[in-house]
Amino acid sequence: MSTRILIVAEHDGTMLNPSTAKCVTCARAIDGAEITLVVCAVNAAAVAAQAAQLVGVNRVLTVENPANEHALAAVLAPQIAALAGPYSHVLGPSTTFGKDLMARVSGLLDAPQVSDIMAVDSPTRFQRPIYAGNAILTVEVAAGSKVVGTVRTASFAAAATGGAAPIEKAAVNVELPQHTRFVSISAARSDRPDLQSAARVISGGRALGSAEGFKILYALADKLGAAVGASRAAVDAGYAPNEMQVGQTGKIIAPELYVAIGISGAIQHLTGIKDARTIVAINKDGEAPIFEVADIGLVGDLFQIIPEIEKLI
Amino acid sequence: MKRILVGIKRVVDYNVRIRVKPDGSGVITDGVKMSINPFDEIALEEALRIKERGGAEEVVVVTVGPADCQQQLRTALAMGADRALLVQADGVIEPLVTARVLLKLVEREQPLLVILGKQAIDDDNGQTGQLLAALWNRPQATYASKVELQEGSARVTREVDAGLETLEIDLPAVITTDLRLNEPRYVKLPDIMKAKKKPLDTLSLSSLGVEPRVQLKAVSFSPPAQRQKGVLVKDAAELVAALKQKGLL
Ligand SMILES: Cc1cc2nc3c(=O)[nH]c(=O)nc-3n(C[C@H](O)[C@H](O)[C@H](O)COP(=O)(O)OP(=O)(O)OC[C@H]3O[C@@H](n4cnc5c(N)ncnc54)[C@H](O)[C@@H]3O)c2cc1C
Ligand SMILES: Nc1ncnc2c1ncn2[C@@H]1O[C@H](COP(=O)(O)O)[C@@H](O)[C@H]1O
Repeated sequence: MSTRILIVAEHDGTMLNPSTAKCVTCARAIDGAEITLVVCAVNAAAVAAQAAQLVGVNRVLTVENPANEHALAAVLAPQIAALAGPYSHVLGPSTTFGKDLMARVSGLLDAPQVSDIMAVDSPTRFQRPIYAGNAILTVEVAAGSKVVGTVRTASFAAAATGGAAPIEKAAVNVELPQHTRFVSISAARSDRPDLQSAARVISGGRALGSAEGFKILYALADKLGAAVGASRAAVDAGYAPNEMQVGQTGKIIAPELYVAIGISGAIQHLTGIKDARTIVAINKDGEAPIFEVADIGLVGDLFQIIPEIEKLI
Repeated sequence: MKRILVGIKRVVDYNVRIRVKPDGSGVITDGVKMSINPFDEIALEEALRIKERGGAEEVVVVTVGPADCQQQLRTALAMGADRALLVQADGVIEPLVTARVLLKLVEREQPLLVILGKQAIDDDNGQTGQLLAALWNRPQATYASKVELQEGSARVTREVDAGLETLEIDLPAVITTDLRLNEPRYVKLPDIMKAKKKPLDTLSLSSLGVEPRVQLKAVSFSPPAQRQKGVLVKDAAELVAALKQKGLL
C-alpha cells in the first residue's frame, strides 16, 4: 500500500485550529507521504482555503453537511471512515476534538490507533509517551493494517503556509446518527493568546489562593502578551476555569517560555510542559520538584515577586 | 433491570515513580503498588451515585486482565458495586480487544449505561470508551464533568479544550469520566468484609469468543529525555535580567 495520509482538520467553522498544521508536519515525517486534509463543516470554504495554504498538503477535501455544525464524534466518525478506504494512515490532533473522534474512527475501521504520536520512525513505527510521559514506547503497527493516529501537537512545529493545494468537494453517502445532540458550549472568551499555541505561558498553582489571587497573573500575562494556564489543584479549587489546566489531563503545551508560579511540579503537571523551550519556576519552597526541570528558578514569595517583576518590565 | 457497567483497570498507582527497565523491555512493575485507575474510581463513584438516586438498580464492575486484578475488583465491590466480572487474560490487551470484550458483556448484560475512565494512566491510550461506542453503534460522551440522567437520555457536560460542552445523548450510551466529575468515596472496613461475599465471576476471552489480537507490537521502552538542571537567581531583578539575556523579554 502506498503511503497516503488523510488528516482530519480541526476548526470552529471559520478558523482552522493550529493543531492541524502540526499534524501536517507529523505526516510529512512519514516517508513518501501524499497528504490529504479533510474539512467537515456546514460551509467549508473559509477553512478549506486556510488548509490549502499549508505547505506539504497535496489536496483538501471538503465534506459539507448541516449535521457538521458541531464537531460531534458520533456524527463525524462515519464520514471519516467512509473516506478512509484508500488511505494507509488517518491522523488527527491529540486535542479533545481529535482524541474523542479518532478512536471512534479506529473502532469503525477496526484498525489500531497509535495515540499521542511524538515521533515517526517509519511508516509503521512510532514513538509515544506512556505513564504520563515517564516512559517512551516505540510501537510497531502490524504490516498491512491501516494506521489511525493522534498527533501529540507539542512534539511538532506547525507546517508553514504559502502552499496552494487544490480543493475538492467529496460526496459522502452514509447515514448519520441522531442519537447525539449538541446542547451548548460555555467557553470563556478571552483576548489573551490561546494557551495551546502561545509563545509565552504563565501558569499559577494552588498557592494563588483564590480567583482573586489569579488576577496578579493576568496582569503580568497582559504585559508579556502571554497566555495564562493553571495547575489542576488551582482549577479544582475554582481559582481558574478547566480549559486553563495544563498537564497530563489538561493541555500539553510547548511554548518558548513557561513560567510556573506557586506550582509544586507534580509529574502530572510536568508532563504538560516538558517541551517548553525555557521553564521558569517561582516557588517559596526551594525543594519543590519544579526546580528539577526549571531552567531558571527563583525561591521566594510570589505575592512579593510578581509585582516586582511587573515593575521591571 | 436498569444496570450500569463500569470498566476497571488495574494500573501502577499514580504516586509511583516509574522506571524503565535497563534492557528497555518494559517498565518496572515488580513490587510496586497497584491500584484502580483513578478515572475508573470516578466512573464507579458516578455509577453508585446514580444508583443511590434511583437511576439504576445494579452496578457491575468488569476488568479484563490477569488473576491479580481480583484485588481491585474486591475494592470496587467494597466501594459499593453489586457484582464483578473478571475476564481473565494475560499479557498486553490492546484497546480494541478490551472494547470487543466489553461489547460482548454489553450484549449479555444489556446495561443502560457503560461508564469508563477517559484514559488508563499506564498506557495513556484514551481509546476504549470511543471504541466500544463505535462497535456498539451508540452515543459517546467523553471527558464528562457532569452527568444528569433523564428518561431515555442523559445530559452530559464535557471538559473540552474550548471550555465546557453539553451534549444530550440517547441511552444506552458510553460515558467516559474526567477528574472533576466527582470525588470517590473511601472504603470502610465493614464494607471490605461484606465485599468478600459479593459475587465475582471469572470468564475467559475464548468463552466470549474474543481473540487476543496483537496489532500494536511494543518494540522498546526508553526513559524520556531529561531536562538539564538550570540556575537559581536571587531576586526579581536577576530573573528579568536572565530572561532578557536569553532573548525572552
Ligand atoms: C490522574 C491524575 C491526573 C492529574 N492531572 C493533572 C494535570 O493535568 N495537571 C496538573 O497540574 N495536575 C494534575 N494532577 C494533580 C497533581 O498530582 C498535583 O496534585 C497538582 O499538580 C498540584 O497542583 P499545585 O502544584 O498547584 O499544588 P501544590 O502541590 O499544593 O503546590 C503548591 C506550591 O505552591 C508553593 N507556594 C505556596 N505558597 C507560595 C507563595 N506564597 N509563593 C510561592 N510559592 C508558594 C508551595 O511551595 C507548593 O510547591 C493529576 C493527578 C492525577 C492523580
Ligand atoms: N483491561 C481493562 N479492563 C477493564 N476496563 C478497561 C481496561 N482497559 C481499559 N479499560 C477502561 O477503559 C478506560 C480507558 O482506557 P484506555 O483506552 O486504555 O486509556 C479505562 O479508564 C477503563 O475504564
